[in-house]
Amino acid sequence: MTDVLFIEQALNGLQFGLMLFLLAAGLTIVFGVMDMINLAHGSLYMVGAFLAAWLTALSGSFWIGVAGAVLLTALFGMALEVTLLRTLYARDHLSQVLATFALILILNDGVKMVFGTDLPLSAPAALDGPVPLPLGLVYPAWRLLIIGVGLALALLLWVLVQKTRVGALVRAGASNREMSSAMGVDVARLFTLVFGLGAALCAVAGSLLGPLLAVQVGMGENILILAFVVIVIGGIGSIRGALIGSLLVGAVDTLGRTLLQHGLREALPPQWASAAGPALASIAVYVLMAGVLVWRPQGLFPVR
Amino acid sequence: MTINRWLHLAVLAAAIALPWALRAFGAEFYLSVASKILVFAIAATSLNLLLGYGGMVSLGHAAFVGLGAYASGVLLSEGVTSSGVHGLVTVAITGIAALAIGAISLRTRGVYFIMITLAFAQMLFYLANSIKGYGGDEGLTVRTRMLLPFGIDLRQPDSFYFVALAVLAAVLLLLSRFAASRFGRAVQALRDDELRAEALGLPTFACKLVVFVAAGVLAGIAGALSVNLQGYVSPNALHWTQSGTLLVMVILGGAGTLWGGVAGAAALLLLQELLAARTEHWEFWTGWVLLAVVLFARRGLAGLFARRST
Amino acid sequence: MTDFRRLCSTALAAAMLLTGGAASAADKVKIGFVSTLSGPSSALGVDIRDGFQLAVKLNGGKLGGLPAEVLVSDDQFKPDVARQLFERYVKRDKVDFMTGVVFSNIMLAALPEALDNKVIYISPNAAPSSMAGKDCNPLFFAVSWPNDAYHEAAGAFANQRELKNAYLLAPNYQAGKDSLAGFKRMFKGQIVGENYTKLGQLDYAAELAEIRAAKPQALYIFLPGGMGINFIKQFVGAGLGKDMTLLLPGFSADQDVINPVGPAMAGLFNTAHWSPDFANAANRKFVAEFEKEYKRVPTLYASQGYDAAQLINAAVRDVKGKLDDPDAVRKALRAARFESVRGPFKFNNNQYPIQNYFVRTVGSDGKGGLINKSFNEPILKDHGDAYAQACPMTK
Repeated sequence: MTDVLFIEQALNGLQFGLMLFLLAAGLTIVFGVMDMINLAHGSLYMVGAFLAAWLTALSGSFWIGVAGAVLLTALFGMALEVTLLRTLYARDHLSQVLATFALILILNDGVKMVFGTDLPLSAPAALDGPVPLPLGLVYPAWRLLIIGVGLALALLLWVLVQKTRVGALVRAGASNREMSSAMGVDVARLFTLVFGLGAALCAVAGSLLGPLLAVQVGMGENILILAFVVIVIGGIGSIRGALIGSLLVGAVDTLGRTLLQHGLREALPPQWASAAGPALASIAVYVLMAGVLVWRPQGLFPVR
Repeated sequence: MTINRWLHLAVLAAAIALPWALRAFGAEFYLSVASKILVFAIAATSLNLLLGYGGMVSLGHAAFVGLGAYASGVLLSEGVTSSGVHGLVTVAITGIAALAIGAISLRTRGVYFIMITLAFAQMLFYLANSIKGYGGDEGLTVRTRMLLPFGIDLRQPDSFYFVALAVLAAVLLLLSRFAASRFGRAVQALRDDELRAEALGLPTFACKLVVFVAAGVLAGIAGALSVNLQGYVSPNALHWTQSGTLLVMVILGGAGTLWGGVAGAAALLLLQELLAARTEHWEFWTGWVLLAVVLFARRGLAGLFARRST
Repeated sequence: MTDFRRLCSTALAAAMLLTGGAASAADKVKIGFVSTLSGPSSALGVDIRDGFQLAVKLNGGKLGGLPAEVLVSDDQFKPDVARQLFERYVKRDKVDFMTGVVFSNIMLAALPEALDNKVIYISPNAAPSSMAGKDCNPLFFAVSWPNDAYHEAAGAFANQRELKNAYLLAPNYQAGKDSLAGFKRMFKGQIVGENYTKLGQLDYAAELAEIRAAKPQALYIFLPGGMGINFIKQFVGAGLGKDMTLLLPGFSADQDVINPVGPAMAGLFNTAHWSPDFANAANRKFVAEFEKEYKRVPTLYASQGYDAAQLINAAVRDVKGKLDDPDAVRKALRAARFESVRGPFKFNNNQYPIQNYFVRTVGSDGKGGLINKSFNEPILKDHGDAYAQACPMTK
């Protein structure tokens, strides 16, 4: 494997990991602060992508589409929280799993009824092409943008959580909910806000990945599970953990895929190598998760 | 209690008479729906054992169903049709897998247990995707079926139906015996309050592991039946959304009740069949029904009809 | 005790709704149509359906003189769903013919439900090598083209252009394997890379990096539907267009790809058995009527759906509506006495087509858009497939 190829794949892993982080960040806070398993988090990502596609087609501008999608998805998330999810905080995890699973079913078909099964979404033409980088590497501009946005949001979240009052409240809520409430924090409003923020992050990821993947019903289910893997590895409730976890998963998945395929191609026919490589990389990710759960269940950066 | 037994017999009689009834109405197609319900009922009952009686919330139970299906499917594709071999291999593979996964997973509690069972199921899902030799993500189609004694041909819809019915009846019998037994009551005590059970000296880890393995093996048997019904198995059978569906069935039917798995499987699959005929948005309505059950009928549909329990 | 009552009421409800499935009337022809009508590759299934239904409409709602009832369902790109739909149509609705599926893996999973119940399947697209050789089945007819064919034509074209080496890419399923095997069968140059992606995969960053590193003269891809659209967009986005010749099979450069990808498609070469600019009378009528009815240029999928219906029409006409004689129906189908929009058409002994294949290039349609234009001389003439000899059926 050449150096340039390795760097290109590493960048791909970084891009994938950062988008995963946007989902994982929202998920880990909701889980950490509200102690709620939200399986419908991937559906918010899907709703965000659909809204972006729809608004972009309506307005003719991608950026207006994204901005609108982020706003509307945040509002939708907050509405969901206030009406339905609030009743689940007090319930056991199984009920939360089932109720949010039901929500996945409802939202999948709901989106289908409103928008159809899929919508086209293209990146703005200016960012459609490749960008020459040092070392003779040529990398797609859109993916560079994703990396940039991902890093910027990671920084923003860090500032928010570490340096602002709201962030302090979130951290307090994540480490000890009862105490925060006893200390007079308006827990209900905090939760709604936090949920809205998580939904907004999902919408950003959905809008940015839309042009690369496809905006289609059910697109949230696979990425949701990876987001859970990330927060388990990173530590439930920890944003820092979510970032490290995402980068780790992104690296293992992307690099594992290509390295394994190269290796296996020596031994197996190409069809088998091509199937086995990605599968083994995915298995590796889950082995990592299982390992963390057994030996250090609080994750790499526990908050409690 | 006798009313109970009469009702049991009535249901059994109705189930036995079903193929003739359907044929009389010219609706033989629905016999395969009924067979599918029976297979899912076995799988859901196995999860009921794990969740309803054992109190263990697993988001990866479909993996055992899938494992059993692949065990039988691979044997069929290699030309092995003896049902004895199929039975042995299915039980062995799912038993060993459940033992390994259970031994590791049961070291965790609560939400971590949910997550780790999910992780193992996904590992098996990707493993199934990787074995291109047996279809990989295209799935495995088998043209033969396992051969049962007395020349029973599983390709005949009637034969399959009765075999599945017999297996389900056996599973339910076992479950009711288990629930009434000392071991069963110990497990249920464990489910209700693990700390107290431990304080009373129960070997909680061992108890839970036994139940986990039993549930896994029963699920595997359901899986082996399913591949003999459909002639097809794909990695999707192991996907976490399938585990979710099984959970839905158990909750819908009533976790911890003897008929919970059967009622839930029947209700969900019939609801699907009913809705799918009328609208392509059946998932939407199913979701609302499920939500309603979770929010308002915590004990499942069984709870809706419950008398005040003593 | 009480969960019993629940069970009983369920059973009663079930019994009440289960009176369905009327026996099929002998005075019409029932067709079960299952295809991918949702998701990123839905354009393919939708086109086959639209082509099929157009033919029925132009025949006055009839096929072979009998009123036609076409039952349409969406397989959602899932083999399990297709299998259940096939079962429903064959066992409950008792259809006379099954047709429609786009993807080989979905078709192979569902096909036993038709074949095991003695229902003829007419494939308007998927024609895998596995059904062309020793597993050929008298109830299976492919009215499109053998899976390998477009790719063999592309390999022959690459030779014509004297390209020295090639990198190959296809999804990891039967048709993908067939496609690259077909290309390799004809291509005389060196293969510098052969990669299989996940079916339905939409992000090709990793694969494009590998391709860049391999530096081939030609890149041949088999990526139908949404996969192809995404790949070509990302290929252009990665700046690889100027480094290598991209060769495509016809459906990766058909109208449903040209429209979303846009100007980047201009000049790309692709191979197919049909092109919208074919001058024969049947095709000119088809293209004109399709554009009138659906306000878009038909893809080759639409032409295949149209031809499938016309084939059924001819067969039912030739047996004078007597569908209960299966041997006669089969014989009529094999004779294939219909005017295909692609020109000359006949079945091989394995019931796969023998026909010509052409190179097309994407050019201006004179109205500011792009469309395929075919070269006059076929690159492969009267071409069958490599598996027919292994099939025990006689001509």
